Amino acid sequence: MATLTEAPPPLAPTAAEKKPPRKRGRWTPYWLLLPGLLWLLVFFALPMIYQASTSVQTGSLEEGYKVTWHFATYWDALSEYWPQFLRSVLYAASATVLCLVLGYPLAYLIAFRAGRWRNLIMILVIAPFFTSFLIRTLAWKTILADSGPVVGVLNTLHVLDVTSWLGWTAGDRVLATPLAVVCGLTYNFLPFMVLPLYTSLERIDGRLHEAAGDLYARPITTFRKVTFPLSMPGVVSGTLLTFIPAAGDYVNAELLGSTDTRMIGNVIQTQFLRVLDYPTAAALSFILMAAILFMVTFYIRRSGTEDLV
Amino acid sequence: MPFVNWFRRNLVVIAGLLTLGYLLLPNVVVTVFSFNKPKGRFNYQWQQFSTEAWKDPCGVAGMCGSLSLSLQIAFWATLGATVLGTMIAFALVRYRFRARGAVNSLIFLPMAMPEVVMAASLLTLFLNLGAQLGFWTVLIAHIMFCLSFVVTAVKARVMSMDPRLEQAAQDLYAGPAQTFLRVTLPIAAPGIAAGALLAFALSFDDFIITNFNAGSTVTFPMFVWGSAQRGTPVQINVIGTAMFLVAVLFVLTSMVISNRRNRQKA
Repeated sequence: MATLTEAPPPLAPTAAEKKPPRKRGRWTPYWLLLPGLLWLLVFFALPMIYQASTSVQTGSLEEGYKVTWHFATYWDALSEYWPQFLRSVLYAASATVLCLVLGYPLAYLIAFRAGRWRNLIMILVIAPFFTSFLIRTLAWKTILADSGPVVGVLNTLHVLDVTSWLGWTAGDRVLATPLAVVCGLTYNFLPFMVLPLYTSLERIDGRLHEAAGDLYARPITTFRKVTFPLSMPGVVSGTLLTFIPAAGDYVNAELLGSTDTRMIGNVIQTQFLRVLDYPTAAALSFILMAAILFMVTFYIRRSGTEDLV
Repeated sequence: MPFVNWFRRNLVVIAGLLTLGYLLLPNVVVTVFSFNKPKGRFNYQWQQFSTEAWKDPCGVAGMCGSLSLSLQIAFWATLGATVLGTMIAFALVRYRFRARGAVNSLIFLPMAMPEVVMAASLLTLFLNLGAQLGFWTVLIAHIMFCLSFVVTAVKARVMSMDPRLEQAAQDLYAGPAQTFLRVTLPIAAPGIAAGALLAFALSFDDFIITNFNAGSTVTFPMFVWGSAQRGTPVQINVIGTAMFLVAVLFVLTSMVISNRRNRQKA
């Protein structure tokens, strides 16, 4: 109950004030939307329809393609390339988990512990974006080189024996193995995890931590029961922003991997740009899209965060 | 055990800094190797110190041309996406209209789609229409995928704007145009700038969509990709290092300026 000693609550704008008066011309919003939406319709939505149509066509480059409702393309594509699909999901999921594990402490550090270094660390997280990601991915070739210090240390500590046994690496190499690809994926999409995590951590009221402490919660309990649940929106959007591009990526698999680490993106790229088998490529791309949309919707439903945008 | 206690208290800081190191390590390598003088065609192994590449950054055939092409595309894509995206953002926040849900999903979907899917489907469209692949198809694609990010950035800013400011302007006899130019736009400017910066970075660095839709046109990321197969010139690292430094300097200067301005106001 409000007492007289309490300051009055700040003036909340009423519903009438919140919505500005409708300006003249009820067509204004449509004129504002028209050019941008038209662009998205023609160059995003329409291509999806073209792609769907291409996937059920048959023919050849010379004679041209015709829609023959040849759905067998889907079946053939799946039965031939299911290992690459599976690999994409596995690699992307591993990279997402690694990003979460590595990114959370960094986001936490920026949000709560950085003090006056906060802005500097923020800049350092974002700045690498301005160097082409291909150049930075190539740098991993140097870092993970066979004769380099990283592989040397891992070999001396017999870590590579363990990872080879697990099938993550092969012999005493890291390059051209699944480990290198996952490492590259993790590296490339880490900022996409850190930034949303930071945004949702930063919103947490610091007094909640104090309150938890006052109620005799140990730091780890405070984290488990207060901080982490409150950061869930960041976790959800971070994992999506990492998983989706990672699942479709072919750059890391091509630059850091070998023919045994090809992901579905590599197959789509090769089919489209080198083999020129458009129906198969379109079918693969369509399956990838459907799979991602299905997983994302399911995931958002489960985690209960509907308003991500 | 003071050390163990200190360690436990600062565990999260140490872990966070290690992650930061992981993020920055490649940039360090890129910088160091811009001073390398490799023996073969590939610049992956350290040989000896040299500043040759820095003295002759455009010494590689085609690289600086691709760089300037990328900058041009990024400029026009940023302009296009920022104008179209800002208009959409204003319409979304300020007006009521039909099919709002459909509009929202059309804007959200490009951000939730793997790049390779957009790239492949756009290429099917261009192939079906018989379009000549090159500068224009790349520009069209870049505006398309930057648009949604601009909308999100501008929308966040316009939403947090106090509508009473505009009412106040109108109470003071400002016309709609004047209100927009002197009140609304200046307040929305940081959001628009953030959106534009994001669009520029996304467009400049895009590889997957560009690779599908560029035909024989070579942007800077495509040049780097090609060189990963043919041999990586040291000059790539020079450009990478210079871009990193320019970005950090740019952000630091703008921070110093805004700090000083805030202090003057106080």
